[in-house]
Amino acid sequence: MRIVIAKPGLDGHDRGAKVVARALRDAGHEVIYTGLRRTPEQIVRTVLDEDADLLGISSLSGAHAFLFPRICELLREAGADEVVVFGGGIIPVDDREQLYGSGMRAIFGPGTTMAEMGDFCTAVEARRTAGEPSGVGEGGDWKWSGE
Amino acid sequence: MGDLLQAACAGDRRALSKLLSAVENGVESRASLGIPHNSGGGKIIGITGAPGVGKSCLVDCLLRTFSAADMRIAVLAVDPSSPLTGGALLGDRVRMQTADDDPNVFVRSLATRNQPGGLPVRLGLMAEVLVACGFDLVLVETVGSGQSEVRIVSVADRVLLVEGPARGDSIQAEKAGVLELADAIVVNKSDLEGAERVASDLRSALEITGNSPPVLLASARNDVGIEDLADLLLSLPSRSGASMARWRERLLTAWDAALLERGDLDEVLAGLEAGDFDADQWVTDRMEE
Repeated sequence: MRIVIAKPGLDGHDRGAKVVARALRDAGHEVIYTGLRRTPEQIVRTVLDEDADLLGISSLSGAHAFLFPRICELLREAGADEVVVFGGGIIPVDDREQLYGSGMRAIFGPGTTMAEMGDFCTAVEARRTAGEPSGVGEGGDWKWSGE
Repeated sequence: MGDLLQAACAGDRRALSKLLSAVENGVESRASLGIPHNSGGGKIIGITGAPGVGKSCLVDCLLRTFSAADMRIAVLAVDPSSPLTGGALLGDRVRMQTADDDPNVFVRSLATRNQPGGLPVRLGLMAEVLVACGFDLVLVETVGSGQSEVRIVSVADRVLLVEGPARGDSIQAEKAGVLELADAIVVNKSDLEGAERVASDLRSALEITGNSPPVLLASARNDVGIEDLADLLLSLPSRSGASMARWRERLLTAWDAALLERGDLDEVLAGLEAGDFDADQWVTDRMEE
């Protein structure tokens, strides 16, 4: 699958994003890395122009509660309902329900293994093939819980 | 699917993006789309050179310059796939900030998918689709390449070779390979010591052939020499003598595509691994069929 890994907002911590990009590469996916400090608009444009299946967004600055839902909203506005959005970084557990509610399907925190990232993508691929909702605008209440 | 092409030609970016995927994945072909063969009009420019010489940064500078002149420009940026897992990390956009904002610019990253010569087999058609959709220029950035990767001439009307300082002595400039096919050469990182020397080595080595391409100096970092490079690319003649090489590479690309798209490829590979037949014999048998 084609996966965009993006760093939204004013956050210079990209080690996690790069490790995830590398892990997904090693799991056999084509990963497009945006680089640091992108706006939600820029990230959505990258996803559309690259025709990505998944978007992973990473934030360690505390701005996730604004940036992540904004990106999900812009994707839906652009008609990219099928794109699967997941996030990572420092995301407090109390904040996660709101993010799932905005259309995200997984939040990965510190300690996540590379294998689990790969498993998540495999699960997404299986759901897409089966026509089960997994995209940002496809509704349903599926989220990754390490199955 | 003709609808996608129509929408893409009318300026629908999402349709264009989906169309490029369909071509890349072999869902659409030249015949199904009715795209004419490239007439070599100079709109498709290949940009090649060793890893780290600054191809992506130069492309970003060129995008800004062309866009300021109100041209529409597309980029196909190729990075390598893993021969082990098939995965790829496509990082060219990191250097191309223009790609994320400028309405005149469209950038698509591609993985080689382990095609021979470092170029995806459908890259040429993707570039031609972009020309058909009305882009004034299509820049094709290759994977970081060495001295003998010349497959880009099968796709591009013109080839720009990017060089940099501190990449060896003057003998490097005398060597055969991609240097002989480049329609222009730019020595990037002109702010660093040794860049002038590399440019002068290249000029004196190529002068002898009597068919010397222009050699420019530029610095993507400091935005120096970019206007001259952009002007040159718009008026660059094809270097004579490269024609046969171009057709040779096109033939090889078509040949490779035909081989790699065979339905029984996996069985053939398994047979080779098991020692049921050898590769030379298998090819000879197919030629005779």
